[in-house]
Amino acid sequence: MPTKKYKAPLSHLLNPGHSACAGCGMIIAARLLLDTAGPNTIVTNATGCSEVTTTQYPMTSFKVPWIHSLFENPACLASGILAALKVKGLADKTNIIAIGGDGATFDIGLAHISGMWERGDNVLYVCYDNEAYQNTGYQYSSATPLDANTSTTPPGKYSEGNDQKKKDMVGIALAHGLPYIATATTGYPLDLIAKVKKALAIKGPKYLQIYTPCVPGWGIEPKDTITVAQLAVQSGFYPIVEYLNGGLSGKTKTTKKVPVENFLKLQKRFKHLFKDERGKAEIAKIQKIADKNIEKFGLLNS
Amino acid sequence: MNKNMSAKGGSAAGGKKILEGSRAIAETVNNCGVAVVSAYPITPQTHIVEELAKIKADGQGNFEYVRAESEFAAISIVLGAAATGVRTYTATSAQGLLLMTEVLFNVAGMRLPVVMTDANRAISAPINIWNDQQDAMTMRDSGWLMVYGETVQETCDLHILAYKIAEATLIPAMVNLDGFVLTHVVEPVEIEDAKKIKIFLSAWKPTEILDVKKPLTLGAFVTPAHYMEIRKELHDDIVAAKKLMTKEMVNFKKIFGRKLSLCEYGGAKDAGTVIVAMGSVLGTIREAVETHCNASLRNAGILKITSLRPFPDEEIIKLIGSKKNIIVIDKSISLGTEGILATEIRRVLYGKSKARITSVIMGLGGRDITMEMIGKAVEESKKTKEQVIFIGK
Repeated sequence: MPTKKYKAPLSHLLNPGHSACAGCGMIIAARLLLDTAGPNTIVTNATGCSEVTTTQYPMTSFKVPWIHSLFENPACLASGILAALKVKGLADKTNIIAIGGDGATFDIGLAHISGMWERGDNVLYVCYDNEAYQNTGYQYSSATPLDANTSTTPPGKYSEGNDQKKKDMVGIALAHGLPYIATATTGYPLDLIAKVKKALAIKGPKYLQIYTPCVPGWGIEPKDTITVAQLAVQSGFYPIVEYLNGGLSGKTKTTKKVPVENFLKLQKRFKHLFKDERGKAEIAKIQKIADKNIEKFGLLNS
Repeated sequence: MNKNMSAKGGSAAGGKKILEGSRAIAETVNNCGVAVVSAYPITPQTHIVEELAKIKADGQGNFEYVRAESEFAAISIVLGAAATGVRTYTATSAQGLLLMTEVLFNVAGMRLPVVMTDANRAISAPINIWNDQQDAMTMRDSGWLMVYGETVQETCDLHILAYKIAEATLIPAMVNLDGFVLTHVVEPVEIEDAKKIKIFLSAWKPTEILDVKKPLTLGAFVTPAHYMEIRKELHDDIVAAKKLMTKEMVNFKKIFGRKLSLCEYGGAKDAGTVIVAMGSVLGTIREAVETHCNASLRNAGILKITSLRPFPDEEIIKLIGSKKNIIVIDKSISLGTEGILATEIRRVLYGKSKARITSVIMGLGGRDITMEMIGKAVEESKKTKEQVIFIGK
């Protein structure tokens, strides 16, 4: 964890006036990402909150060249832009960042991200992971964690919420042999900034997955965005890690293991687990997942 | 910066050559100075993209070639490149074109002048790799300019024209040719060299592109307050493109010596019967009419349609509005109604003509269309009371 103080710029490359919710994790990540990448950056953006809240015609929040085409193709656009910049002799002077939510990344756009990674294109792909299709009303995606209540995985007599475990997108990235892969979160902005800087300094395809709490989707208080993200990390629920050339090169450790309950209870999407014995058993399963993460990555300071 | 790249164009030599259709298209596209090519292989488009890869491998092409993971990706990649302000190209067929659907509408709506070849092929199911024109016809409403070549030469010429019109109107253009029939035929063709093409097709200098020196937002989210006006603008511009195409076809003739037209009438001037069609089948129709292999073809006229979008309404009324019997041959169908070109002709002539219009479906899934079958189509259409008939034998 970097301890250096962050001097926030007086003006941002993502202007205020966007329509993101108060306390939106995604919009904090977007601003930090762009301010760190700087003006010499072209952004391709998938359909989703990060597009809808920022570019309502005829207005825009972006002070960098920015393009949105469809839900599943920001990686393709990035490859096309890179090819065009090569022809223009500008490829080495320009950052290309492709952005998608977890739906665009884990689900509908996955084949295209794989294609771009396989081509070895010098692009930073950033996923804002808020663990569901929040823009369309909190539906399940393959990034949704076990037992989460989404509008398509509702709990009921025969359901504890989502019956699947979150897809291991970092593992998929690793299988592609990327030179740089990391997770980060708005809960730890300095770490996020450091990772954006590091990723952009490396040539080749990079993957950065940013954990961004969603106020209405998760059912949290706007004031708790940062706290919830930090608890996800401190409990081992969402490991913050970094891989350089396939080897684990960094991790955010915690000195005292926080029970996942502390993280879950702040969110309405897990409220049903606190009602009865059935829920208790599910919390135990989630705790197991978190414990496994702590063990796998060595996240506990001892 | 490599200054030779976008400006110089390809360096393959021009001149009269005996080439396969696909190679001829690849050489022409290269000589048009394309900067970014992205494609995914599908029969019968494959030879075109293989030839482009070979041209690049042989050092005769100055374009970036991006191998895509699907047709959806290929068209999205050229979308990104076109938005960065360079000349782009892709090619596909059948299922590939349908997989592109979402992006095709997007490229048109974003006003990016991508040029694409569609080697026309039947649509699955049942799966069939042979020629008909169902694929592109299904994409008719996507907002692209759509032209159809009758011969390899004309298809090559239409590619040069396509870049000119697309870049002037900021509307993407799809050049269609019959798969196998034209992509795999070997015939003499005049390959125009880069220098001569440049006289007709100057460098594209767009202003609204992705540029860090002048940041713009492309592909914004539009509410009901603005959406309709933006869609209407694209409609109006497609209609208006007709005038520009007519003008540039005249310029094309001046520079290259070959005629292009939106639509063209052939055969007897005083014909009572006229056969309307698009693409390579016109050669068979011409031959059938000239040799009048069937008595019903005596004194028949032919209307060749080259441009489906924009559609030459006024020209068609002028050329065949007074005819009594109109037979429209379609290698595609709007299932449950009739041939798609037939519906277009019916729309244009509504209230303008008393002609009896018959839709004749032929050649689906690569079924051969013979001269005898053309005769039979005319004969049957005079006898039948049906609006649409199928002639397969």
